[in-house]
Amino acid sequence: MKTGKIIKVAGPLIIADGMSSANLFDVVRVSKLNLIGEIIEMRGDKASIQVYEETSGIGVGDPVYSTGYPLSVELGPGLVSKIYDGIQRPLDLIAAQSGDLVTRGVSVPAIDYEQKWHFIPAVNVNQQVFEGDIIGYVQETVILKHYIMIPPGINGKILSIKEGDFNVKETIAILKSEDGSEINVTMLQKWPVRKSRPYKTKKNPTEPMLTGQRVIDTFFPVAKGGTACVPGPFGSGKTVVQHQLAKWADAEVIVYVGCGERGNEMTDVLLEFPELKDPKSGEPLMKRTILIANTSNMPVAAREASVYTGITIAEYFRDMGYSVALMADSTSRWAEAMREMSGRLEEMPGEEGYPAYLGTRIAEFYERAGKVVTLGSQGKEGSLTVIGAVSPPGGDLSDPVVQATLRVVKVFWSLSSTLAYKRHFPAIDWLTSYTLYDNNIKDWLKKNVADEWSNIKIKAMSILQKESELEEIVRLVGLDALSPENRLFMDTAKSIREDYLHQNAFHEIDTYTSSRKSFNMLSIILYFHDEAMKLAQDNIPIRDIISQQVKDKIARMKYIEESQCDTILSIKNDIDREFKELREKYSA
Amino acid sequence: MIKEYRTISEIVGPLMLVKNVTDVKYEELVEIELQTGEVRNGKVLEVNQDMALVQLFEGSSGINIEQSKVRFLGKGVEIALSEDMLGRVFDGQGRPIDGKEKILAEVTRDINGSPINPYARDYPNEFIQTGISTIDGLNTLVRGQKLPIFSGSGLPHNRMAAQIARQAKVLEKQGESLTKFAVVFSAMGITFEEAQFFIEDFQKTGAIERTVLFINLADDPAIERISTPRLALTTAEYLAFDKGMHVLVILTDMTNYCEALREISAARQEVPGRRGYPGYLYTDLSTIYERAGRIKGKEGSITQIPILTMPEDDKTHPIPDLTGYITEGQIVFSRDLHRNGIYPPVDVLQSLSRLKDKGIGKDKTREDHADVFNQLFACYAAGLEARELEAILGQAALSDMDKVYYRFAEEFEKRYINQGEYENRSIVETLDLSWELLKMIPKQELKRIRDEFIEKYLK
Repeated sequence: MKTGKIIKVAGPLIIADGMSSANLFDVVRVSKLNLIGEIIEMRGDKASIQVYEETSGIGVGDPVYSTGYPLSVELGPGLVSKIYDGIQRPLDLIAAQSGDLVTRGVSVPAIDYEQKWHFIPAVNVNQQVFEGDIIGYVQETVILKHYIMIPPGINGKILSIKEGDFNVKETIAILKSEDGSEINVTMLQKWPVRKSRPYKTKKNPTEPMLTGQRVIDTFFPVAKGGTACVPGPFGSGKTVVQHQLAKWADAEVIVYVGCGERGNEMTDVLLEFPELKDPKSGEPLMKRTILIANTSNMPVAAREASVYTGITIAEYFRDMGYSVALMADSTSRWAEAMREMSGRLEEMPGEEGYPAYLGTRIAEFYERAGKVVTLGSQGKEGSLTVIGAVSPPGGDLSDPVVQATLRVVKVFWSLSSTLAYKRHFPAIDWLTSYTLYDNNIKDWLKKNVADEWSNIKIKAMSILQKESELEEIVRLVGLDALSPENRLFMDTAKSIREDYLHQNAFHEIDTYTSSRKSFNMLSIILYFHDEAMKLAQDNIPIRDIISQQVKDKIARMKYIEESQCDTILSIKNDIDREFKELREKYSA
Repeated sequence: MIKEYRTISEIVGPLMLVKNVTDVKYEELVEIELQTGEVRNGKVLEVNQDMALVQLFEGSSGINIEQSKVRFLGKGVEIALSEDMLGRVFDGQGRPIDGKEKILAEVTRDINGSPINPYARDYPNEFIQTGISTIDGLNTLVRGQKLPIFSGSGLPHNRMAAQIARQAKVLEKQGESLTKFAVVFSAMGITFEEAQFFIEDFQKTGAIERTVLFINLADDPAIERISTPRLALTTAEYLAFDKGMHVLVILTDMTNYCEALREISAARQEVPGRRGYPGYLYTDLSTIYERAGRIKGKEGSITQIPILTMPEDDKTHPIPDLTGYITEGQIVFSRDLHRNGIYPPVDVLQSLSRLKDKGIGKDKTREDHADVFNQLFACYAAGLEARELEAILGQAALSDMDKVYYRFAEEFEKRYINQGEYENRSIVETLDLSWELLKMIPKQELKRIRDEFIEKYLK
């Protein structure tokens, strides 16, 4: 293979000449330190290379070797519960090899080649199989079967397949392709990260991805296979929202990409997830989670690659027919990495110094989400939901990254600093957020939660809307100047905000709410409102109505355990009783 | 062999271009010998074929293109480290300025450090008691955290930083040996008086014995400031992870650091990001802030308190904005509180410690801590809303509940936020004070506190 020579080093960008035999986007090894890089531009025989590791000590004349392959991830059993850096190097192995600090030129396999997995076939000899078909599985963790698929581009008849313990590089089946050649199938696949994995067709999402977060599930649900973004200034709780989703979202596999964020946050996830139990299976959440961590002080080019690494792994699990959710925190850091590389390439900048192709890249990334019918003859359906956090400077939503993201995503959870200052968490602003999946998932909710669900939700939202209108008036003339009905609206809105939407992520019970419990809670609040309205219309003083004892019970509904969640409905009786007493008092 | 060049072709601001060089590496340390014999330092910012772009650390005045000599030293910028650094004062480039002898190096390290592997990190969860209610009670600091102070010109951030350095301690657990504690102080572009304030305060309390100071004053070369925090953090890492000490790093003032960074970026004619700061400001700042933390299996820790003055008290200015995105919370100062004579003037609603939840509660501070701070926040926020209402409509417009909150906010500011510069409140005192203030609020309004705690603590 021909070797190039470096002629320029400027931070993470190096330029090498003598590279005419290399392809664009090939992975290269730089200098004797074996740093990993990727060719991002070719001019004549000069290649511009972004290097995924710190480049200090690299100089003109150092060699560059092309590997001839594009940047790829390795896919197979052994991915789950792992923590990787931006280019799929396991951080635990890096730590074992080079200690507490991430040093350069470390070369470690992405998945363990030695470990044996017990493979159980699902197809028979002589059966015809197509690309994407499942031919068997490996029980990767207690809760996750890792299905072994025929890699894209391969079809044929099974010549042999056997049950047994294999490592990922051993042949588990032999195919005879149409042209008569024999193909050995292993459990290991490789896929270039910048290319989306193929599927048969895309479908419209119809099922919500429940998250256990009341404000999200009630007002702004995201569908399985949908896209959502969470922009907000710092301190508004983006990361807590992302963590909560990673913990409680009802997806079968979670890929969490910490892209240019804090090291301690990733450690938090690493230490906490093995402790937390999935509400459905009762097993540790880590057993369905894959982490990609490229913290802010790790090399900037690898940050650019980390979201692609994450989404390619997510697509692989989608192809098995799983519902997969990917959280990227934060896509602004990814965009900034693009900006930094673009600046070093001396490209003409677009808005705010971001490259002109920012919008295209963001759109391409989010389009890799979706509900699909996978390749193969088995007609599996898988979904990939993508939720991206955005960190606009100063919380300013006119930021180019936010704007480019809003053009493609369907759900917008707007985090508000005003709510955060009031310690109202999750600080999702109910007046500015939106979802476009309401119609898609309406039928599912009707069938699986309650007939009344969408009515109740519209009603609650209209009360909150009314509050924001009334607030203007209150600010001018005071609360006492409102009519009793409007006072009641203000009070109910307060109740919805404080007793329902406010949710404490760090409270052992409040952290997760099933849709059934949510429904019960919200119906009680609205029942109180309706009954109270009748009293108010009968001229019973509003002050007495809204200071009933039962309000205290309503405020504490969220702390009732899931298993007891139907006891919430008995609060209706308390409301009836207390209102009856009140009525008697005034009629006497 | 080290080659010497006399091929300087350009000097523009803090940058120097050297021609016809061979075998120069990126980030290599450079020595410039002036015609007067004076030696200055710099580092390689870019190599392009046979040209090297060098950033000067000490300014360019006096360098002669024809006569000055340039040597490339074949290594990065390093610092000599030893435990003897405690109690010593260095300049912004790590040279002793207290008149004592040079440090005999036990080890020398590259000042850029390497990122800590997230897998090797240990989560910060040990409560540090600073004796300041607004921090301990509401924005709890834990070992290994980075918690900046967002201040403005004329506000008492230095006094509070000194108070934290003076009072910070970890609650003793039974059977734990006495922990070693050290302070590393890095001053970037602060005035002589400010620097003197810290030195004197450390001397007065004897803290100087366990302090290492790096001082780059306002009239020292601005670009020297780029290395000062890195020298300080390399020292801190050595003390923490080699010597097992718990190190508190105070960095002041980060605004000056960022301005120096902008100066270099402008000189290189890079495409500017917001307000002329370079597009990589976030990445650059993160290589400073992310050097806080704990490592599994290592005894020591690095806790950072960076101080920055917000230009025009604007929190959305790129410096506080990007800092807030990297650090684990922020303590924000309020000019209004300061004008009302309240010290420390911490704007409670805007301040935040992201790691508090893991550092408080049973066995750490007290079981009721989390609920109490949630409740205090809610009540104080309601009080401020009432105050706003009162300003527009007058007392008469307030409902009875509003009046309660209004009074609560007053008392809260006077008794809870406000405290003496030498008043060291224990966490139990802070929590008890909270309950005393919460007595003003009707019991059914205390929605954020569990019943059991109300029964136990509300007396």
